[in-house]
Amino acid sequence: MFQAKIYVTLRKSVLDPQGSVVRKSLYALGYHNVQEVRIGRYMVVDLEVADRAEAEKQVRDMCDKLLVNPVIEDYTFELVEV
Amino acid sequence: MKFGVVVFPGSNCDADCLHAIQTVTGQPVEYIWHKSGSVDGFDCIVLPGGFSYGDYLRCGAVARFSPVMKPVIEFARRGGMVMGICNGFQILTEAGLLPGALHRNKNLQFLCHDTYLRVENNTTPFTCRASEGQVIKIPIAHGEGNYYADPETLRQLEENKQVIFRYCDPHGEVTPEANPNGSLNNIAGICNEQGNVLGMMPHPERCAEAVLGNTDGQLIFQSLLDFWQRRCG
Repeated sequence: MFQAKIYVTLRKSVLDPQGSVVRKSLYALGYHNVQEVRIGRYMVVDLEVADRAEAEKQVRDMCDKLLVNPVIEDYTFELVEV
Repeated sequence: MKFGVVVFPGSNCDADCLHAIQTVTGQPVEYIWHKSGSVDGFDCIVLPGGFSYGDYLRCGAVARFSPVMKPVIEFARRGGMVMGICNGFQILTEAGLLPGALHRNKNLQFLCHDTYLRVENNTTPFTCRASEGQVIKIPIAHGEGNYYADPETLRQLEENKQVIFRYCDPHGEVTPEANPNGSLNNIAGICNEQGNVLGMMPHPERCAEAVLGNTDGQLIFQSLLDFWQRRCG
């Protein structure tokens, strides 16, 4: 079995209003070195598949079809055997 | 002319849409359950506002895979008139029937108030009753209505006159102050290249009767009927 940890963030070109509010908050707390904050979504998907290549293919497919909107979002994922 | 209003789990403007269509056009209108496998017999399909599937994952992302969306997409590709209001607009972008995406309002707030819209193109089935540049007052009610498209898509939308409504001030001036949610180019509504699919964030069904204090929303439903009668009459 494999576990996919999927990270979805807004694309660089898309304004992230949550991220900019949090950046300002961090600044107010004294973290003046924070340049940028991007807020995204974290998903954990468990798959009952035999090999890594198949798991990777399926996760990519899921992201492209449903989990991610390519117009505004980017994603990366890690696969671990569990 | 027969209208259909799709009901997804979590739709909450379906009854308003049905009522407004009935009252304004006097035409037959029926609900279409999201599990329906056909939209045969309908001449115009409305995807209403609300929070389909609780807005889980992304607004409209799950509704887009409802069984009814397959025949709706085919209907739209054949040139059938499809209108998505608010959550319906989000569903249409997720389904790929309209370009771009709608994400969190710039100020992160849920916005529920009147907006002024300038009709940018009055040659569509949805706006043929309007004069070009006409200003109408229609309320918005959304947390994720911030329209985004990449620069190339945006350029094409403008060039093909696919921007149908733009947020403006009461005099029709398109200003940054009149933009409630951060939408690029003050976009409030767009259509597809063929002009038969419209998505708009504001709610015309909420202002289509004198008793509600505003009848500007009638324009859109009347336009649909006019267009239909001209084409079929």
